[in-house]
Amino acid sequence: MAELTLVQAINLALTQEMESDERVLILGEDVGKNGGVFRVTEGLQQRFGEDRVVDTPLAESGIMGSAIGLAMGGLRPIAEIQFEGFLGPAYDQLTNHAARYRTRSRGAVTIPLTVRVPVGGGIHAPELHSDSPEVIYAHTPGLKVVMPSNPYDAKGLLISAIRDPDPVVYFEPKRIYRAFRQEVPEDEYTVEIGKARIVEEGSDLTLITWGATTLQCIEAMDNLPEDLSVELIDLRTIYPYDLDTIVESVNKTGRCVIACEAPKTGSMAAEIATAIQEHCFLRLQAPIQRVTGFDTVMPYYKLEMQYLPDAKRIGEGVMACAGY
Amino acid sequence: MPTTTTQTRAGNNRAKGLAAKLPDKTLHGWLRDLLLMREFELRTMAAYQQAKIGGFCHVYNGQEACALGTIRSVEPDDPVITAYRDHGHALARGMDPKFCMAEMFGKVTGCAKGKGGSMHMFDKPNWLFGGHGIVSAQTPVGAGLAFAARYEWEVLKKGLDGGKAKKKVCLCYLGDGALNQGALHEAMNLAGLLSIPVIYIVENNGYSMGTAIHRGTTMAKDLGRKAAAYGIEYLEFDGMDMMDVYDNFKPFADVLRDEQRPGFVNLKTYRYQGHSMSDPQKYREKDEVLTYQERDPIVTLSDYLLNERESLTDEQYKDMQKDVKAQVRAAVEYAEESPEPDLSELYSDVYVNREKNLSPLGPDVYVEGAGNALLEGN
Repeated sequence: MAELTLVQAINLALTQEMESDERVLILGEDVGKNGGVFRVTEGLQQRFGEDRVVDTPLAESGIMGSAIGLAMGGLRPIAEIQFEGFLGPAYDQLTNHAARYRTRSRGAVTIPLTVRVPVGGGIHAPELHSDSPEVIYAHTPGLKVVMPSNPYDAKGLLISAIRDPDPVVYFEPKRIYRAFRQEVPEDEYTVEIGKARIVEEGSDLTLITWGATTLQCIEAMDNLPEDLSVELIDLRTIYPYDLDTIVESVNKTGRCVIACEAPKTGSMAAEIATAIQEHCFLRLQAPIQRVTGFDTVMPYYKLEMQYLPDAKRIGEGVMACAGY
Repeated sequence: MPTTTTQTRAGNNRAKGLAAKLPDKTLHGWLRDLLLMREFELRTMAAYQQAKIGGFCHVYNGQEACALGTIRSVEPDDPVITAYRDHGHALARGMDPKFCMAEMFGKVTGCAKGKGGSMHMFDKPNWLFGGHGIVSAQTPVGAGLAFAARYEWEVLKKGLDGGKAKKKVCLCYLGDGALNQGALHEAMNLAGLLSIPVIYIVENNGYSMGTAIHRGTTMAKDLGRKAAAYGIEYLEFDGMDMMDVYDNFKPFADVLRDEQRPGFVNLKTYRYQGHSMSDPQKYREKDEVLTYQERDPIVTLSDYLLNERESLTDEQYKDMQKDVKAQVRAAVEYAEESPEPDLSELYSDVYVNREKNLSPLGPDVYVEGAGNALLEGN
C-alpha cells in the first residue's frame, strides 16, 4: 500500500474513476495543462486528453452551469472551483438550480455532479481564499456536502461523490493537502456519504469536528489530563450528517464540544448543538461548547492563526465542558 | 471562422420557401399546434383569475411561432431548455396539455407532480429540460447539454442510452431581458471557445418585464455584434410568422448541427399580455399591442392555408378549432379533478433516496418511489 498525501489520494481517485467510467470528465480553470491551482489534477489531461480534462475560461457561473448541463445530459462531470470564495459567482447555478432539478422535475432530471472546492484557512491566503462556508451549502436542500480530513477518506469519499446520483460539494481542506501521508489502498473503495468516523473512542466527553480541525483536535487530546477519556468524531459528511453516531456518543458521555473553523453564529456547530439538545437533553451534564472561528471576515495572515481554533483553544473548551 | 449573417424576409413570398414544400398534413398540424398553444394560455389566464393556479404565471400569447417554428426545425431528441415563459415550449415539444395544466394547478398528476409550477415545465422523454425562474440561468446549462451531446458523439462514440451517437444541437431560449445577465456572456464565450453546438434563441419581445429593450440593453438595434464578439454565427428574422421562422431557422440549425458549432438567433416577436398576470403595463400603449395582433401567427398561417394554398376548408378549420377547445377544456377538467399531493411528497425527490433524519414527519411517512409511477409513462 502506498503512502499518499491528500492531494495524491484525490488525484488517484480521479484517475481511477476516469479510467473505469468514460462518462466522467473534469472541467475548471487551469485543471488541464497546468494541473490545477493546487496541482490536484496534475497529469490527468496528458493521460485522458483535452476532451475529458477541459480547461475552461475563468468564469465560475459558466463552469457550474455547463457542468450542470453535462450532468443533465447523462455524464458525470467534476467541476473544480479554485477557492471556496469563488463559489460566489456560481452560487445561483449551484443552489438555485443544481440542488433543485430533482424536485422541480419530480425526479426525472437528476444532477450527478461533483464540485471540488479547496476550503478553509491556514495557508496564509487572504479572505475568499481561506473561508469555511460549508454551512451555506449544507443549508441547501438537494446538495450533499462532504469534507475529508485524511488521505484515506479523501479517496473513498471522492469516489462516492462521483458515483452519487445527486450533486455533491466536495470540500478539500487546503491546509492539509500535503501536511502528512497515510496508507491508501490502490484498489477502488468508497467511504459512505452520511457516515461519521469515530477517530478515538472515549467515555467522558464527545469532541466533534471535521476537515483540517481534526488534526488540531488530535493535538489537543494529546495534552489533556490522562484520566479524561474523550471520544473524537470526525463528521466527514457535513450534510446529511450522521446524527445517529453523534446521539449515541453524547448519550454515552453526557458532554460535548464542537470544533470548526467557520464563524460561530449559524455554523454547523450551531446546528449540531441544537440537534444534540433535541435528542440528548436529559443526558447532558454540561452546556455544549463551540470552539470555532469568530463572527468576522476571515482575517489576513497576521491574525489568521488567532482566528483558527488551535489545540490550545480546543483544549480549553474541552476542560471548560469537562469541569462544568 | 463563423461569419455574421443577417436575414429578414417579407412574408409575401412564403409560398416559395421551404415550409411551403411540406405536405398539407404537416402544415395543418402546425396550425393546430398554434391554436392549442393559444387556447391553452386563454384557459390558463382564466384559471389564474379564478385562483385555481398559484404562484406566478407568464403566458405566451403572440409568441407561439417562435417556439413552434424552431422546435419543428430540429429533431425530437435535440435537447431544449428555456426560461419561465415555458408553457408553449412544453406543448410544442409534445407534452400532453393535461399534464401541463395539472402542474400549474399544483396537482400530483402534473408533469412535475405539482412541484415545479408554471415556470418549471420538465418533460425528459421529450428532451425538454425545464423552464427556469432565474433570468438567463438556463444559458450555461444549455451550453452543458450541447457539450454533453457532443461528448457522446465525439468521445463515447455511442449514445448514453446504448443507441447510436449522432450530431445534435441544443436549443436554448432566452428573452431579451436575459441579454444583460453575466451568465449568458460566460456561456457564449465558452460556446464560442469550445465550439459547442448550442443555439441561443432570443425571443425578443421588446420588453424586459416593464423595461423596453433600448432602455436596458446597449446596442439593442445591433445584437449581432454581441454574437460576433464571441465568434458565434448570428441570424435575425421575424418571429411572428410560423413559416418564416421555419424557412429561416431550419437551414441555419442544419448547418450548425453538421458543423457542430454555436449560433445566436434574434427572433423579433411580441407578447400580447403583460410580463406576468399581475403587470399593470404602464410601459406601452394599447395601439402597439393592436399593431402586432394584425400580424398574429395564427391568422397568418390560417390565411395562407385557407386562401392562398387552399388546402384547408373553412369547415375543416372550424372543426379544428372546436377540437382544440375540447382538448384544452378536458385538460382543465383533468387538472381540477386530479388529487392534491400527499404530505409525504414534501420529502420525495429531494435526493435519490430518502435520507434518514430528513423528515420531521417520521420515517413511516415516506414511501420509497411514491408518486414516480407517472414517470415511466410520461
